[in-house]
Amino acid sequence: MSLLEIEDLRVTFTTADGDVNAVNGLSLNIDKGETLAIVGESGSGKSQTAFAAMGLLAKNGRATGQAWFDGQDLLAMNTHQLNKIRSKDMAMIFQDPMTSLNPYLRVSDQMAEVLMLHQGLSKSAAVTEAVRMLDAVRIPDARARITMFPHEFSGGMRQRIMIAMSLLCQPRLLIADEPTTALDVTVQAQIMQLLGDIRQEFGTAIILITHDLGIVAGFCDRTLVMYGGQIMEEGPTNDIFSDPSHPYTSGLLQAVPRLDKETAELATIAGEPPDMSRLPAGCPFSPRCAQVLDNCTAERPSLEVTPDRRRACHLPVQEVA
Amino acid sequence: MLSFVARRLAVAIPTLLILVVLSFILMYSAPGGPFNSERPLPPEVLANIRAKYGLDQPFWKQIINYVVGVVTQFDFGPSFQYKDRTVNDVIAQGFPVTLTYGFWSFVVAVTTGVSLGVAAAIKQNSWLDYLAVGISIGAQVLPNFVMAPILLLVFTLWLGWLPGGGWEGGQWNYLIMPVIALSTSYMASIARITRSSMLEVLNTNFIRTAQAKGLPMRRVIWRHAMKPTILPVLSYLGPAFVGMITGSVIIDVFFSTGGIGQFFVNSAFNRDYSVIMGITILVGTLTILFNLVVDILYAWIDPKIRY
Amino acid sequence: MFPNRAAVEGVGDAMELAEVKGRSLWADARTRFFRNRAAVVSLIMLLLLAGFTLFGGVFAEYENDFVDFSLIGSNAYKGVPSVETGHYFGTDSNGRDLFARTVQGTGISLMVGVVGSLVAVIVGTLYGATAGYYGGRVDGLMMRTVDVLMSIPFMFVLILMLVIFGRSIFMLFLGIGLISWLDMARIARGQTLTIKNKEFVEVAVATGVHPVKIILRHIVPNLLGIVIVYATLLVPNMIIFESFISFLGLGVQEPATSLGALINEGSRTMQFGYYWQISYPLFFFVVTIFAFFFVGDGLRDALDPKDR
Repeated sequence: MSLLEIEDLRVTFTTADGDVNAVNGLSLNIDKGETLAIVGESGSGKSQTAFAAMGLLAKNGRATGQAWFDGQDLLAMNTHQLNKIRSKDMAMIFQDPMTSLNPYLRVSDQMAEVLMLHQGLSKSAAVTEAVRMLDAVRIPDARARITMFPHEFSGGMRQRIMIAMSLLCQPRLLIADEPTTALDVTVQAQIMQLLGDIRQEFGTAIILITHDLGIVAGFCDRTLVMYGGQIMEEGPTNDIFSDPSHPYTSGLLQAVPRLDKETAELATIAGEPPDMSRLPAGCPFSPRCAQVLDNCTAERPSLEVTPDRRRACHLPVQEVA
Repeated sequence: MLSFVARRLAVAIPTLLILVVLSFILMYSAPGGPFNSERPLPPEVLANIRAKYGLDQPFWKQIINYVVGVVTQFDFGPSFQYKDRTVNDVIAQGFPVTLTYGFWSFVVAVTTGVSLGVAAAIKQNSWLDYLAVGISIGAQVLPNFVMAPILLLVFTLWLGWLPGGGWEGGQWNYLIMPVIALSTSYMASIARITRSSMLEVLNTNFIRTAQAKGLPMRRVIWRHAMKPTILPVLSYLGPAFVGMITGSVIIDVFFSTGGIGQFFVNSAFNRDYSVIMGITILVGTLTILFNLVVDILYAWIDPKIRY
Repeated sequence: MFPNRAAVEGVGDAMELAEVKGRSLWADARTRFFRNRAAVVSLIMLLLLAGFTLFGGVFAEYENDFVDFSLIGSNAYKGVPSVETGHYFGTDSNGRDLFARTVQGTGISLMVGVVGSLVAVIVGTLYGATAGYYGGRVDGLMMRTVDVLMSIPFMFVLILMLVIFGRSIFMLFLGIGLISWLDMARIARGQTLTIKNKEFVEVAVATGVHPVKIILRHIVPNLLGIVIVYATLLVPNMIIFESFISFLGLGVQEPATSLGALINEGSRTMQFGYYWQISYPLFFFVVTIFAFFFVGDGLRDALDPKDR
């Protein structure tokens, strides 16, 4: 049985200018100890998928469909039931470490309360445990620094604290939403290294949400490419990289700067991300697709499923550039 | 922390001195004031003033005398109107009254305002929220000088439940209308500020983090959202304090409570300058001290402020 | 007593954002403003009130200082509001026509409010923009001065001044003006700090434009949105302020009157059952204050479309 299985998830936001459909019929699953990358441009619905699973959608948002975590339907739960799973079994780290920690509380208090809540530890035991976890994410001099306030740490250090905090209860699933986007490149590498170690050490399943294909390779078992709130394709990371089966994926791959190839100019995907309140009737990528066919604009391609890959495209696999 | 307080005091003390000197200059230059002989004063009063200020001395000596008297002994000098009373006597009589109902008004405004604002924000778009928003909008047009006659009309003239004025040592039935009249509009403002501040805080990333940790809503609100919510309220308390102490003038006039406001207005009509000055300086001192306390509280809550 | 500074500052940020998006902020704001029903109704109310003060006098059958001696002593039954006697709002306790007096009172209150807030906003904006533009020591000194002035209980100083220099509308304006520009100065300074780092200001500096001209031509126009919102929200506070002083009998002098003075007079006679003497001025007071608040709120929401 999968650890997390999402079926036909739809996320809609009600706004003054009409409904915005952030996620449109997404399905995915992840097994114990597995790593899955969800890749897409900003606004492709990848973060909202995670928020829907955690029950953290903004007030004007609602999710329909199913999301099974270890056999329980997350979307059917109330906040009270969700709180028993959050952080304990399923934890999340966020994009912006600068604003994700409470600036008015000491790090020790913010970390200790997780253990006091979920494991009933005393304050002092919880702090000791938190220090151990900060050591594990390689925060130097953790014992002394844990009583500091978040603003006294650098961005990379704050993301380490976030990671440490999310791992306190040794959750089975960790959702990392763009964990390195707001950080310097060298710090990015350190954080990715850290996440890799954690997977090894704790056997945590990780969903890595990112727009950066560069950090996916070598980290994730499988990759799911999203566009306009829908799956474009999904498969083993190596296969996706070596043999993309969707024009969008190949476009993304060509847009990654590479040191090993001499190219005069970096390829880009023409056009702009779609307006999520007015998606085209057909494939959401069709307005920007270099290999668009006649029926692409009219008819939404269905999901083709092969044993280890899924794709949604009218263009035959072998013709994808 | 100590140096922070010291630095604040370094601003506060010159402010007070400026206030004292300014008041004195205003009084000195007053046409028809005691320092020019346009208006005949009773001989005893004149003698008091002469002895106190040394009217034959040059201006700068008079001002130093006054300032030194105020600073070293809180001595505001004799009244210009009553021959046997000093300004200090007047303050001693009126200030406890003002302090009593002022304190209760402040407590009422802050507690009900904050609770109403928090409740409205948590239950956004519920009937409670609409009620809170409605009250806070409505109370904007009900400053103390409008509230006072309305309360008097309803509770004294129509219902006959409460006495229409007086103090009687501050018994509750004499206290209740002054407190409501004085606190309503500030309660409303505090509720409005609290509500919008809480709504903004609830939208921040760190509140989302707290929810992702599985904390119950109660704990998210009290432990994670309350401190940042209260900061804008705290910065409003300074102006609210000034507004309330100013409003006490209306309360005293309207309900005959006998606080310093009543003496202030009486003196204003009788040109009893020393009493006006004394009360102005007293109020200024209180304001400055209060702002100091607010600043310290602010620094204590917000760890990002360096002392 | 004054509009909440934090609530207004969002307008500046929103204007910056709109500029980035390259849309016409003012056109968008106008659309949003006219979608706000409370604000539109209030705007109409304000126009009606202005008409009332300008042309109300035409309909009054009595001068506002004419004492109707036939009513003295029998106010309770002869002074009641009636179309027959021509005292539409009844008479005050001195037998003067309350309609004429309400027209005049509303007019003076509106004038004090509008002129007072204009003065405050102009002084505050120029002061704040100057402090923010020059920065450094000048800024420090100017803003410290504002801090110091802010912690002085001005109502008391104002009353002291009114007593010493005699009561007059001029003193009232001066006194009110002394206090109310402080907050505007702080807001203007904060916004100027962000504006002065914009390219168009840097270009002006680099090409040697005189600082005074930069402040007037480049910085102040970019503060316009926030200034308009603050000014609108300041008007009702000015009116309340003036009414406060007049309520104490220290404001406008007889035979001139203002809403605060009328409410004061009315509150003294309501115990005798002359309810009309307080209810008409109170009604006009409440409507005026409400209308300005809603228009101000509407303007703010239109210029800073953030969910509150």
